[in-house]
Amino acid sequence: MTLILAELAWWQQTSIRVVVGLVAVLIPAGTLVYLHLFKLVSFMQSRLGPMEAGPYGSLQLLAEVGKFIQKEDIVPRRADRFVFKAAPFVVLVSTFLLVVVLPGGPDAFFIDNDLGIYLALAVSSVSVIGILMAGWGSASKYSLMGGLRATGQLIAYELPLILAVVGVVIQAETMNMQGIVLAQADGEIFGWGGIGNPFVITQFVGFAVFMIAMQAELTQTPFDMPVAESELVTGYMTEYSGLRFLLFFIGEFATAGVFSAIAAVLFLGGWYVPGLDPADNLFNVLGPVVLMVKIVGLSFLIFWFRFTFPRFREDQLQRLAWKFLIPIALANIVVTGVLKVLV
Amino acid sequence: MSEFLRTYLTVGIFGALGVVLVGAFLGLGRLLRPSRPTPAKTENYESGVDPIGDGWSQANIRYYVFALLFVMFDVEAVFIFPWATRLEAYGMFGLVEMAIFIFILLLGLLYAWRKGMLRWV
Repeated sequence: MTLILAELAWWQQTSIRVVVGLVAVLIPAGTLVYLHLFKLVSFMQSRLGPMEAGPYGSLQLLAEVGKFIQKEDIVPRRADRFVFKAAPFVVLVSTFLLVVVLPGGPDAFFIDNDLGIYLALAVSSVSVIGILMAGWGSASKYSLMGGLRATGQLIAYELPLILAVVGVVIQAETMNMQGIVLAQADGEIFGWGGIGNPFVITQFVGFAVFMIAMQAELTQTPFDMPVAESELVTGYMTEYSGLRFLLFFIGEFATAGVFSAIAAVLFLGGWYVPGLDPADNLFNVLGPVVLMVKIVGLSFLIFWFRFTFPRFREDQLQRLAWKFLIPIALANIVVTGVLKVLV
Repeated sequence: MSEFLRTYLTVGIFGALGVVLVGAFLGLGRLLRPSRPTPAKTENYESGVDPIGDGWSQANIRYYVFALLFVMFDVEAVFIFPWATRLEAYGMFGLVEMAIFIFILLLGLLYAWRKGMLRWV
């Protein structure tokens, strides 16, 4: 793969990367919806889930898309039409841009930028604007309340998310996603390098904070106050119907997949499996598969929490972020820094 | 163009492609779906009854203090990331400097906490 890519012109490489990037959004999102949303929750609730469309209902998602694509698209006449229609674009494009930083192997990456994880964190916060646009543009009371709640929640949980990453960056000494994977592959835990150093072991506080903040960033239960159906119908999505609603829905699961991938790279070693040489050309093929397995594992946690916990009240939600997660994340940075310099 | 800038060109291409794809998907839907808007259909949803007043009604946001705190900590993150990559080189000096920086910011959070800003009023 190295050889093939290196011989191509830049625009040809980029075209290949763009196509692969598209697949990298759709396949995880589709797998997660089928595996976790359709099947996992069904088994948790003692039912079978979709069984008719395709073997074991595996084509159910395609059937759903086929259904949604025929639905009438209703724009409320009081709505701000441009903002209303632009909101799904902002949300989905910010998700699509997150994929760019993910490395799939030593040479299988989209960009090799030294600001990798920083770029991802910056881009991920753009989706807040899309959600606020959806809430405001709909000119509906439910949407407005939902949009404002979502904004308050997303900015509150973005801080622990960002601060939890700092511990990883201190250990890896780079913000490059590829560098973070290699730092974990070559690392050692107090002199023992048998399995490298997956940062989930040395940064377990950061990992816990990151996963909780991620759950909130994705507005998954128990942090789904912005779309609480008992109070706000579906929050900022209330006025969206048909295809535009589906776009928000796909965006939600694609973001869950991409965030799981980022967490897998930061804390679980990304495309690397212990025992092999990280420079091995094998990883250009094996890497994406390994990463996908880690994505499914981490997103299982997300959906497990989603279907087990009751919803937080709005004040509990803000309290958890400001009074617990942010101080813990800051303490984690200081402790990691002290250990890095002294040990 | 340098390698570094080219990576951002890739990011730009991905962004443009995202817009095009979403647009194409919605355009495909436009060809397939019916469009028969009626006054009742295009009315805003308010639990089935006619909406009262304007959709952009006044609401108590309660988040503006959080927004200020957010800006404070977000700027902190901007400073803390470059420091985190070079901590080994800075050594003890960098550690003490950043400890002071974080301490000052924590004082800000503590102040807001003591003033009851983090409590849901």
